[in-house]
Amino acid sequence: MRFVSFILGLAFSAAALAQSAPVKIGIGIAQTGTLGGGGKAALLALQMWVEDVNARGGLLGRKVELLAYDDQSNPATTPGIYTKLLDVDKVDLLIAPYGTVPTAPIMPLVKQRGLLLMGNFSFQVNHTVKHDMWFNNAPWGDATSWTEGFLRIGQNIGAQTIAFIAADQEFAQNLANGAKEIAKKSGLKTVYEQNYPPATVDFSAMIRAIRAAKPDMVFVCSYPNDSVAIVRAVNEIGVGPTVKLFGGGMVGLQFTPVMESLGSSLNGIVNYHSYVPGMKYPGIEDFLQRYAKKAAEAKVDPLGFYLPPFNYAIGQILEQAVAATKSLDQKLLAKHLHGHEFNTIVGPISWGPDGERARPAVPMIQFRNVADKNVEQFRQIGKQVILHPPQFKSGDPVVPYEKARGGN
Amino acid sequence: MSFELLLEAIVFGVLLGCFYAAVSIGLSVAFGLLDVPHVAHPAIMVLGSYCTYVLGRYGWDPIVAGIALMPLFFLLGVAIYRFYYESFEKRGSDAGVRGLAFFFGLAFIIEVGLILVFGVDQRMVEAAYIGRSLALGEFRIPWRMVVAFGVALALTAGLTIYLSRTFTGRAIKAVAQDEPALRLMGANPVRIKQWAFGIATGVTALAGAMLIVVGPVEPSLDRVYIGRTFAVVVLAGLGSMTGTLAAGLILGISESIVLMQFGASWAPAVAFGLLLVALGIRPQGLFGR
Repeated sequence: MRFVSFILGLAFSAAALAQSAPVKIGIGIAQTGTLGGGGKAALLALQMWVEDVNARGGLLGRKVELLAYDDQSNPATTPGIYTKLLDVDKVDLLIAPYGTVPTAPIMPLVKQRGLLLMGNFSFQVNHTVKHDMWFNNAPWGDATSWTEGFLRIGQNIGAQTIAFIAADQEFAQNLANGAKEIAKKSGLKTVYEQNYPPATVDFSAMIRAIRAAKPDMVFVCSYPNDSVAIVRAVNEIGVGPTVKLFGGGMVGLQFTPVMESLGSSLNGIVNYHSYVPGMKYPGIEDFLQRYAKKAAEAKVDPLGFYLPPFNYAIGQILEQAVAATKSLDQKLLAKHLHGHEFNTIVGPISWGPDGERARPAVPMIQFRNVADKNVEQFRQIGKQVILHPPQFKSGDPVVPYEKARGGN
Repeated sequence: MSFELLLEAIVFGVLLGCFYAAVSIGLSVAFGLLDVPHVAHPAIMVLGSYCTYVLGRYGWDPIVAGIALMPLFFLLGVAIYRFYYESFEKRGSDAGVRGLAFFFGLAFIIEVGLILVFGVDQRMVEAAYIGRSLALGEFRIPWRMVVAFGVALALTAGLTIYLSRTFTGRAIKAVAQDEPALRLMGANPVRIKQWAFGIATGVTALAGAMLIVVGPVEPSLDRVYIGRTFAVVVLAGLGSMTGTLAAGLILGISESIVLMQFGASWAPAVAFGLLLVALGIRPQGLFGR
């Protein structure tokens, strides 16, 4: 009898301990390497949510603890990091790394183990794995949702031909292949296509080849370092007078340090974004004000338009789902996420069966009248004019690209 | 491919090749002549880029800044070699493997140090020759690549003359050829190697300045250049300055033509395939001793 009491006592103590132990949320996120600039800002936003949720009493009455490791923007590191998060750190919930390339290697792991994974700005990373517990926070869905804005703007101004340049890696290839199919269906003729390896030093020769092909539009799928080098080469070599639109899928042109460095070289480029001033969502302005103070202290992306609001939204979604289900059971949470819409600082979010956004809205913006060396200018409405989608539209495109480059 | 595009591919290839040669020439001295497994060479080059960036914020022209940094980097090189010699080279035959670990560690420390001081964001510099191009009719050549071309030629010519016409230069070559013989003649090979490593590191400061002229830099950029710089030095024939320029040109021109004709993804494969073929035919490299 004494022994039974002892065991019961132990069981109750263990249960009490489990109740008081923090809810651990794990993430591997780039703090160094090509995605490090974005990753640092994203992590700061997640930490802000952790502070906020803990101030509200945590999840299920337990404090929330965020465990984050630097994946160095290197996909080879992510399986190891997530295995450690699961088997050593014993995290309760997982958030995916920032970006398609570091996320792709962990998709088989989470599918095999039947784990809920909150996506973090990946593109079509679940397309072949088809994991039914994947929920992406990004404002896009398939390639159509991303590229249709750019292609539609082009066709509305009479473009008939298109050129593609894309990095030879998961994200850029997924996007470029999707865009090519859609361009073909839309009757656009592809006059030039080029994939380039990630370590390309100089893009002058590629830009010269595009100039020779005389396209009406140039769709670029690039990662941050390449995006900067491409913009620079375009400003030196020029893409020719035929090009009406240039840009589309250039990652990095949303990062404040890159925008500040490139300054007036950005003028005329039409590129995707996630949020720019002028888009109205409840709570986002308050978030950005608080973020700006913390970003200045942490010396990360001072504007924080691109990733931080969407990372904060991941926290909001998890908080609402856990509160509704009163559980950390991953299957239960996934079922709840599939069946409901969640209010966040980037608007209401719900998902389709593939875990991508049910109602994607990828803003295509055009840089206008951007001056050199001025971060604060990007807080103004009108420096990044929204051309698409219609619900956020704030202006019409200035074309051709060479004219728009002049700062008109 | 039209003749005009082929001509442009060759011109861009020459400019790119000279850039490859310029970023490899310090390694050509350190690894080619001194047999030091200097895998931290690209990291030191990136450090040079960041020092150039700092001076650029005070209004310095990047190339002038690179030249001004050379004496400081020379001293840094002397110190690094002294530490390497005392800790590894002096202790025996397995120094190579341990030295490799030392230089990997050094590269890692430099990378982390840069992240702590400057963060992970890309850094760029401004100069009159950045963002502009030389227009020759329809032909446009970025001035930054022309500057890289000029710096590469100047470095190659300077080092070739120094190594062949000066007493210390010849002593460095002598260390590379027969260190025991030099010792028997009463010279101190360690001091000569220390001096040579200092020169290799000093030259790397200017290469770093050129790196940030050609494109933006971030702390982990050294990883991109490890393979390329070693490929250029090996293809050149260890320790040959003119060979380094020739090897850089071969890689640059082949990459550029392949990019125009077959696609950019094939460019590194063809360039490194060429390296394998060249070494198969001539294992000592193009200008090897």
